[in-house]
Amino acid sequence: MKPMSYDDVQVGDQLPVLDLPAVDRARLALFGGASGDHNPIHIDLDFARRAGMPDVFAQGMLGMAWVGRLVTRWVPQSRLRRFDMRFQGITHLGHVVRCSGRVLEKIEVGGERCVRLAVQSANQFGEVKIAGEALVALP
Amino acid sequence: MIDKTWIGHELGASELPIEASRLRFFAKAIGEDDPVYTDRAAAQAAGYPDLPAPPTFLFAVELDSGAVDRMLELLQLPLSKLLHGEQSFTYHQPVCVGDTVTVRSCIEDIYDKKNGALEFVVKSSRATNQAGELVAELRSVLVCRH
Repeated sequence: MKPMSYDDVQVGDQLPVLDLPAVDRARLALFGGASGDHNPIHIDLDFARRAGMPDVFAQGMLGMAWVGRLVTRWVPQSRLRRFDMRFQGITHLGHVVRCSGRVLEKIEVGGERCVRLAVQSANQFGEVKIAGEALVALP
Repeated sequence: MIDKTWIGHELGASELPIEASRLRFFAKAIGEDDPVYTDRAAAQAAGYPDLPAPPTFLFAVELDSGAVDRMLELLQLPLSKLLHGEQSFTYHQPVCVGDTVTVRSCIEDIYDKKNGALEFVVKSSRATNQAGELVAELRSVLVCRH
C-alpha cells in the first residue's frame, strides 16, 4: 500500500516485505549480463574456487536492486532522494532473501518533507546481508 | 599495499545511452514486476517521459565502459580478492530511455584496516545527462581482502 502523504506515515511504520525466490546460478548469470558486472567470481565456479570461495555467490548490487524494489513498491521512484547500503555478508546460492524496511524518522531536507527509512535484506536464517537507509520525499 | 598516491586520480568519462532493451533485461534480472519499468505506457502514466532507469542501474555505466576494470588494473586490485563494501546514490533527476548519461569518477580515498589485511578504495562519481544536468551522485567503497 502506498503512503497517501507525509502526514499518513508514522515513525515505526513497516514497509510491506519483498520476498525473493532462492538465489540460483541462472539468476546470477542474468544479473551479471544485465548489470554489466562480468566478474567471473559470480558466474564461474572454477574461478570462484581458485579465489578461495566454496562456490559462486550473489553480486552485492543484485541485493541492493532488490532492496530498491522494496522501496519503489512503497513510493514512486521519482520520490527517492538517497539510497545508501552497506554489504555486510555474502548472499550464497540457495539463500532465500527477504527485504524489509521501516520508517526511522520524519524530517525536512532541502525544503522537502522526507522520511528516512531503515532498509535491509536478510536470508532465511535471519542473517542480515545488506543494510542501510533510503530517504524519500512525501507530499 | 595499494599505492595511496592514486588518491585524487580521476577516471576518464564513461558514457551510456539509456535504452529500453537494456532496462527490460535489467528488470527481468532483478525480478522487477512493476510495469513502470518495462511498459512505456505505464511509465508515461506515472509521469516519466519513457521507461525510467531503476535506482541502482547507473552502477552499470562504468562497468560497461571498462572504467572500473581499468581502475582495478591501475590499483593492481585482483577481482578474486575484491568485495563491494558500501554503495550510495544521491538522486537529483530521473534518468529515462532516450537520455545519455555520462559518469565521471575520482578515487576519493584509499585506506586499510587490521594492519593491511583489508584495504579500502573509495570512488565517488557524478552522473550527468545529455543536457549537462547532474542526475545522480554515486559513492562506492570497494574492499580488497588479503
